[in-house]
Amino acid sequence: MFKKLILICSSVILIAFNVNAASDGELILKKNQPAEVKDCFENLNRVTFKFNQALDGVIFQPVASVYKKLPTPVRNGVGNSLDNISNLVTIPNNILQGDFNKAGINTGRFVINTTIGILGLIDVAQHIGLSEYVKEDYGQSLAKLGVGPGCYLVLPVLGPSTVRDTAASFVNVLGGDAWYNVTVKNDTQHFSDVDYYSSRLTSGINFRAKNFDSIENLEKNSLDFYASVKSLYLQDRQQKILNTNAIIDTQDDSDWEEIENQ
Amino acid sequence: MSIKKVFALIILFSLNFNSIQAIEPDVFVQSTVNRASQILSENISKKDKMDKLEIIAKETVDIRGIGFYSLGSARKALNEDQKKKYSELFEKYFLKSFSSRLAEYTNPEIEVNNKEVLNKNYTIVNSLLLGTSERPEVKIDWRIYTKDPNNPLIRDLIIEGLSLARTQKEEFSSILNSNDGDINILFKTLEKFSKN
Repeated sequence: MFKKLILICSSVILIAFNVNAASDGELILKKNQPAEVKDCFENLNRVTFKFNQALDGVIFQPVASVYKKLPTPVRNGVGNSLDNISNLVTIPNNILQGDFNKAGINTGRFVINTTIGILGLIDVAQHIGLSEYVKEDYGQSLAKLGVGPGCYLVLPVLGPSTVRDTAASFVNVLGGDAWYNVTVKNDTQHFSDVDYYSSRLTSGINFRAKNFDSIENLEKNSLDFYASVKSLYLQDRQQKILNTNAIIDTQDDSDWEEIENQ
Repeated sequence: MSIKKVFALIILFSLNFNSIQAIEPDVFVQSTVNRASQILSENISKKDKMDKLEIIAKETVDIRGIGFYSLGSARKALNEDQKKKYSELFEKYFLKSFSSRLAEYTNPEIEVNNKEVLNKNYTIVNSLLLGTSERPEVKIDWRIYTKDPNNPLIRDLIIEGLSLARTQKEEFSSILNSNDGDINILFKTLEKFSKN
């Protein structure tokens, strides 16, 4: 109970801080400008980033390099299965964002893939024509409600985030993630803590393997790898919040015009 | 034939000639991709591949424009000598970074699918880097500068919705911010990258 109380307090404080910051107009996430997100804790973030890079070199990179050599159907099955579990967070967020149609489709997808698709290993829903699966989380729902991102944060092990998204992730362990509820929170006979944490770990390895070459390439060709990762993460979050190709639609051309007129 | 008629014929001819010369942005992207793919599939050293890719980049990418865009508001504080030096350093950096990134791929297959004209200056060309057993398929959008329709230029690559020009701009901004806006530090960093 004490743990729960601390989590609730932390979430409320972090979100309140964000709303206040947003009302100051200083930290509002300007939809077209992820660069506006302040890096208030840059020194600490850079240290954490270095730590994560070291951890990646020791664990994630070597494991991912082996994982990506597994046969494609195996990797696809793992990826499908992880996506299926993530539906348990996506569906409530579809509802929170008022997208009841997507919530219905994703519920159907979860039922079909868990049963006919053998615990999500096969994406049967895609084969029968359900629309492409798009993950949603509590950070995205808060953003839709107008909560600004707050400062940029690099979390140990988990990587890039923002104050809003970190606060929102507590909702998962406060009952907002049915997968967490049946594995860690409640003592069911079918699942245990290991199932939850191994799924999270596999998810990280799956992501690292999928982006193996891109990450290596980016690191090798970046002048400031930390800044590149930050920019890409914030652009990606913005895309996910807007659920659109907003970069193309909203890219500011004034810089280009000025260069031409020089 | 009256002078008026001759004049009209000349105008018609030049209009027709111009329309023949104009290159459609999607055709331009497909042709650029084909040229790069051909080089990447050749049985030559990585160094030779990079040299050939650099030639393509010089012809098809607005390197000078991207350089000043990447500099953001800091470009306003540069004098003419600094601008010249920056342009030279940026070009070397860009070509090395660009060719080094591409040279990692062997025989990439890119399908150009669609185009969206944003305005007279810009067209977005949508393409797909086909997946292999090693990597998933990747959506790549090309921001093509079409002010001169006869000479379209690439100004940005948007990979899965993430703009490379914007990423580079934020990277440069971070270097400048960490060094009290000292442009010489950025010059040194670019120089160091190109020499390594």
